[in-house]
Amino acid sequence: MPLIHIKDVVKTYDMGAELVHALSGVSLDIEENEYVAIMGPSGSGKSTLMNVIGCLDTPTSGLYEFTDQNVGDLDDNELAEIRNRKIGFVFQTFNLLPRSTALHNVELPLIYSGVTAQQRREKAEQALVSVGLGDRMTHKPNELSGGQRQRVAIARALVNDPSIILADEPTGNLDSKTGIEIMQLLVDLHEKGNTIILVTHEEDIAAHAHRIIRLFDGKIASDEVVAEPLIYAKAE
Amino acid sequence: MLRLHDFKEGIRIALTAIGANKMRSVLTTLGIVIGVVVVTLMATVIEGLGGALDKSISSLGTDVYYLSKWDWFGGEWWKARNRKDVTVEQAERLRDKFQLAEAVVPVASTWQRTMKYKNRSVKGNVNGTDPTYEITSGVVPEDGRFFNLYESNSGRPVCVIGYDVAKNLFEREDPIGKTIKISGYSYRVIGVFEKEGDFLGTSMFSKDTQAFIPLPNFLKIFGTNRSIDIHVKMWEGVDKESAKEEMIGAFREIRGVPPGEENDFGVNTQDFLKQVFDGVVSTIGIVGFLITSLSLLVGGVGIMNIMFVSVKERTKEIGTRKALGAKRRSILFQFLIEAATICMMGGLLGLAISWPLSLIIDEVLPSSMPLWVVGLSLSISIAVGLISGIVPAYTAAKMNPVDALRYE
Ligand SMILES: Nc1ncnc2c1ncn2[C@@H]1O[C@H](COP(=O)(O)OP(=O)(O)OP(=O)(O)O)[C@@H](O)[C@H]1O
Ligand SMILES: [Mg+2]
Repeated sequence: MPLIHIKDVVKTYDMGAELVHALSGVSLDIEENEYVAIMGPSGSGKSTLMNVIGCLDTPTSGLYEFTDQNVGDLDDNELAEIRNRKIGFVFQTFNLLPRSTALHNVELPLIYSGVTAQQRREKAEQALVSVGLGDRMTHKPNELSGGQRQRVAIARALVNDPSIILADEPTGNLDSKTGIEIMQLLVDLHEKGNTIILVTHEEDIAAHAHRIIRLFDGKIASDEVVAEPLIYAKAE
Repeated sequence: MLRLHDFKEGIRIALTAIGANKMRSVLTTLGIVIGVVVVTLMATVIEGLGGALDKSISSLGTDVYYLSKWDWFGGEWWKARNRKDVTVEQAERLRDKFQLAEAVVPVASTWQRTMKYKNRSVKGNVNGTDPTYEITSGVVPEDGRFFNLYESNSGRPVCVIGYDVAKNLFEREDPIGKTIKISGYSYRVIGVFEKEGDFLGTSMFSKDTQAFIPLPNFLKIFGTNRSIDIHVKMWEGVDKESAKEEMIGAFREIRGVPPGEENDFGVNTQDFLKQVFDGVVSTIGIVGFLITSLSLLVGGVGIMNIMFVSVKERTKEIGTRKALGAKRRSILFQFLIEAATICMMGGLLGLAISWPLSLIIDEVLPSSMPLWVVGLSLSISIAVGLISGIVPAYTAAKMNPVDALRYE
């Protein structure tokens, strides 16, 4: 059974004057421990697809099963619970709470899943150490560089041991050197068994993935397995 | 249901948010602050008045009727002006005729007379009465004694003076046995009354500033052409209402009021104080209530407004929290707690302002801020926060996470 099963998903925005078809019939399966890059021109529906996969948004029509659960059947609270426990988000704009320390930012998902303060702290510290920020725990976002901020965000995404990490242009706001560092972090996570879905504009970023899905006008234009992803090429 | 971690996170967020916008938060609570100041000071003043009332009542002596040409409270003074004077002779007839009273005391008074000792002088009311005055007065001589029947009947030039008169004329000297001048006439001081205290905030009616001399003596010096008061105290154990009726009937007969006509005299009791008090309290209460509700309303609207701003400003944060798994409930509580915290801080600020003010009030009118009003103010503040926060908080809670995340 695939981790993600999407069949004929349509997402339409009713703008009054016209209907915007952000997704018009997308079908795809994603297995556990895949590393998928989603590419495509601006406005092709990449973020919309990510939001559907991340249970932030519900499709207008079509079927979405996540770990064999029909997401369409779930209510608001159940969706929140899935996002909390099974999905880790990494955003292009980091989306950290500006007035909280790195540690508290990473603790947030654990707060919402009701983990005790003691455990929360331990897990958050662990996550920060694993992204190489063991010495920046009490810093606030404005005391961190862009790359460090994105690391905090990645620590936050993986602190609850999610089934899947969704990263929508995680390197979009970073210079290329920092971008590569962040990509390396995702590669490491993938090697540890995480499932990763990544949206990007850049071919060399996508080259880390072992499967590339190209969207065009809300439809899948191509879906191919990369013969030799950068990860493996590098590993040799 | 509010879960503990939601609550803690809510408090934490609230404090961070308020800390980031200190000035804005303080200004927003202005209405709450004013409301709390008004409500606490109002309660303090009412409590003080209550205390003053109790003291004044006890100083007047309980269960004493004051028959007079005038009505102390209410009544129609322009009618009273045309009434016949109440005379000493009428008092004596009442004393003979009416047997349910322990004391029927004639008291003639004259206002603002000069009392002198050596080179010091004070002004105060001078009363002519007889020894039964002690039964109705509510205060007793602290030094010396009241004049006896013999001194009274023979009109000896002796006097009993109030506490303040003694203090001002004699300072450290012992007044007993000394001679003072009242309106130029010499009187030997034989007693000093204990301190009575101010009467509803003024010493004007307090015995502390007055002097008492035998009635015949008074009439000789200040003249008989005046209306006196008659103080009547019933015996213990008689039925108050029927005794009062009987007293009124007897006095009507003495004054020749035909049946069916209304009394041509006032039957006053300390109850008038209660009426004055109730009147004052309800006025303060109504005015205070209006100001309080108005400022709380203004405060509540201000809080609601600032909470809408806060929700708008943090739309992206709300989206992020939702993406990380915050449920509607958590977001709702987050903003409710924030609103309640702001208001509670307003309440505390109000208390911090009204506390020193209540100490100032205490100087003028002995009182203290009742504890229940402190609790009530804080509860009201929090309630205002919760009520005015509910709509903004609900707006935040039901935001669509994707829209919230896209918000610039
Ligand atoms: N909330 C919305 N209301 C109306 N239209 C929307 C909304 N969200 C997305 N769209 C439209 O849906 C289409 C797909 O948007 P989406 O954000 O998925 O594109 P994208 O591929 O992520 O683009 P980019 O690379 O620029 O991020 C666009 O045409 C966009 O205008
Ligand atoms: Mg996008």
